[in-house]
Amino acid sequence: MALISFVNVSYTYLKDTPLEKEALDSIYLDIEKGERVGIIGKTGSGKSTLIQLMGGLIYPTLGDVFIKGKNIKNWSSKELCKVIGIVFQYPEYQFFAETVFEEVAFGPHNIGIPEGKLEDCVKSALEAVGLSFYEIRDRSPFHLSGGEKRRLAIASILAMEPEVLVLDEPTANLDPKGKSEIMSYIDKWITKNERTLILVSHDLDEVIRLVTRVVVLKNGQIIFDGPSEKLFINYEKIEEAGLDIPEIVKIRKILLEKGYPVEGAFTIHEIVERILAYKGYTALWKC
Amino acid sequence: MEVLKAFPLGQYIPSNSFLHKLDAKAKIIASFWLILFIFLLRLNLSYLFILLLILLGIYISSIPFKYFLKSLKPVYFLILFTLIIHLFFGEEGGKVFWRFGIIRITELGIKMAIFMSLRLIFIVMITSLLTLTTSVLELAQALEDLLKPLAILKFPVHEFSMMMTIAIRFVPTLLDETDKIIKAQKARGAEFGKGSIVNQAKSLLPIIIPLFINAFRRANELAEAMESRCYRGAQGRTRYRNSYWSLKESLFITFIFCYSVLLLIMF
Amino acid sequence: MIEVKGVNYTYQPGTIQEKVALRNINLEIPSPSFLCIVGANGSGKSTFARLINGLLIPQVGDVIVDGINTKDEDKLWEIRKNVGLVFQNPDNQIVGMTVEEDIAFGCENLGLPPKEIEERIEFALKAVGMEEYRKYPPYLLSGGQKQRVAIAGVLAMLPKYIVLDEPTTMLDPKGRKEIMEIIKNLYEKEKKTIILITHHMEEAIWAERIIVFFKGEIVAQGNPKEIFSKDELLELWGLNLPLTTRISKCLYERGFNLPHPLLSPEELALWL
Repeated sequence: MALISFVNVSYTYLKDTPLEKEALDSIYLDIEKGERVGIIGKTGSGKSTLIQLMGGLIYPTLGDVFIKGKNIKNWSSKELCKVIGIVFQYPEYQFFAETVFEEVAFGPHNIGIPEGKLEDCVKSALEAVGLSFYEIRDRSPFHLSGGEKRRLAIASILAMEPEVLVLDEPTANLDPKGKSEIMSYIDKWITKNERTLILVSHDLDEVIRLVTRVVVLKNGQIIFDGPSEKLFINYEKIEEAGLDIPEIVKIRKILLEKGYPVEGAFTIHEIVERILAYKGYTALWKC
Repeated sequence: MEVLKAFPLGQYIPSNSFLHKLDAKAKIIASFWLILFIFLLRLNLSYLFILLLILLGIYISSIPFKYFLKSLKPVYFLILFTLIIHLFFGEEGGKVFWRFGIIRITELGIKMAIFMSLRLIFIVMITSLLTLTTSVLELAQALEDLLKPLAILKFPVHEFSMMMTIAIRFVPTLLDETDKIIKAQKARGAEFGKGSIVNQAKSLLPIIIPLFINAFRRANELAEAMESRCYRGAQGRTRYRNSYWSLKESLFITFIFCYSVLLLIMF
Repeated sequence: MIEVKGVNYTYQPGTIQEKVALRNINLEIPSPSFLCIVGANGSGKSTFARLINGLLIPQVGDVIVDGINTKDEDKLWEIRKNVGLVFQNPDNQIVGMTVEEDIAFGCENLGLPPKEIEERIEFALKAVGMEEYRKYPPYLLSGGQKQRVAIAGVLAMLPKYIVLDEPTTMLDPKGRKEIMEIIKNLYEKEKKTIILITHHMEEAIWAERIIVFFKGEIVAQGNPKEIFSKDELLELWGLNLPLTTRISKCLYERGFNLPHPLLSPEELALWL
């Protein structure tokens, strides 16, 4: 069985009240170990319900969620934390500790990592997001810059060394530099530790850099599930989900209409090369 | 999160009935008067007329009766308790139906049991009529108007009502935030409500501290936004929703008043 | 016109946490115009927004709005009436319990008669396309809708200048688009002077003039074409060019016949 498995899962908020609202409707989803999955959809499409179900923070109204083949209802919350690490949106708003060390050590301590090992955990987690352990360990988490706070918040989950890292809009509210930094730290950590990545976002541009498979949600249903490249070709699915078509897809569309051979080209560099080759320019220098 | 978002504030059910359109001040005065009056009434047939008045109110409010029954739910126990106390431990008086030690059922006891529980039911019904037909906003503003005379005594009426408005406005936001923080800390392996009382209290810190810090941050930002929009207290300020006390409101109050005084005289 | 003359601003001066936010800022903002201020987080752009309507007062230099210095405390309210400020977090700037109550808030502070407030609410709701939501409480609105309410609340005060401090950062793409459309409208139809603060370069395309802030100083200014051609510098300043611009730059450098920079895919299409 897959690492994470949703079998016919539905979730309804406020069931049996006049305000009843279906957030997820008959979801089937399997995520294998080592996969990198992007989950996209607009606000209210059910993305955050999906990840709360994965983390056992809520239970399905109908159907079952299995983690490593065991029904999520039978997992103890501490054991589950070791498998699924969720970084929620704006995670820096959950800071409470006096020092950076305490903040990062909170999770590992809770899941029973022995005191002697805590320092190593904290140190490697901070380093994974480019923060210097010795410089920062005794500082207040509240006095860091915006980008540093976000990285610290991510480190506080990495410190638990979860098998699956789930991130909900990890770059929201950051500037372009902060965004690309966070993305490359996540990429490195996942690659180095061979973990599974689930990246939730409404910005496809951001997701595609890190994932190989994309799940598109709309009104609580999965309307696309497949490799990212396939989604680029079926971009009407992106429109159907009410999301912005990434600029790269728009450009590819224009080029295709004009007869440029851009099949299989997804980066700026590849696209430029195709245009030049088509127009018969020789490669003078690289840009 | 969505769960909390979906809950409407207060019990207000929008409609266009006479009671809905009535100025909130008139409704507050009438409700207070009636509640006071119920305590003044002797226990007799006059209760029937109060019941009639309330039923009339419910009818013209165009709100389904089930909402009024629902509003009784939290006080079921209280009503039951009142009923039992008066029924079995009521005063001596009239015919005695049954007696066992200090437990007794008397004629007066039965009477008291009925009237006392009716009193409770009436009070709940009247307040429900007020809150089901008046939004929290209208209530807060009406209270500000009614409290205005206190300004002479240096009571900060405007600031008080502004505080109330903002507090009510931020209830859903803060509930939402609490839920998010709880889930986020749970995702970090936190457990709540386990172990000794000291440990339980300690385990709440990861929720309470962020909640407070975020509330201060919000307060700061809100203050900036209010200042940017020229807010400087009651000074030079007008109100968009001015009170619309008209003949309708005066007639309504007169009717309630006459009706109740008439009952007092008749019974 | 807004004149910013030799402004310095330091947070908590004289303490260990002293932090210089702005250094020697000189700027003239004519009216009406559409100005965009771009810069990475911590470049001082939010501080700048707060200086314009007197929420912060510069320690050195002057900010003068239509001839009134923000240091003139007696006339601060006139400045704030004229300079509307929309903040980043839509949740923390809505005071009212319903949309109309919130829009009325600023007008009430100006001491307007109820009848006029009524007219202004209608005007503002229409300008942001929220007529249907008049009686809604804020917690039932989406982020984009809340931000529209915040803009309406400022608009109802009929300011000459509207400063928007990263109004789209906390919104989803749909909300972002809605807000950008409204901002364009405010400039084109309502003839407001717009000062848009952002770190999304795509949003700066619509501006007449772009000012780049970096570490508390103005490092570049010019029209979008001029600014977008400084691609390497922009990266240094922590900003990202739209993909189209990056592609057009590559093509241009390789001798392809097209002007650099191109700003939108549609524009690129014309040259291929």
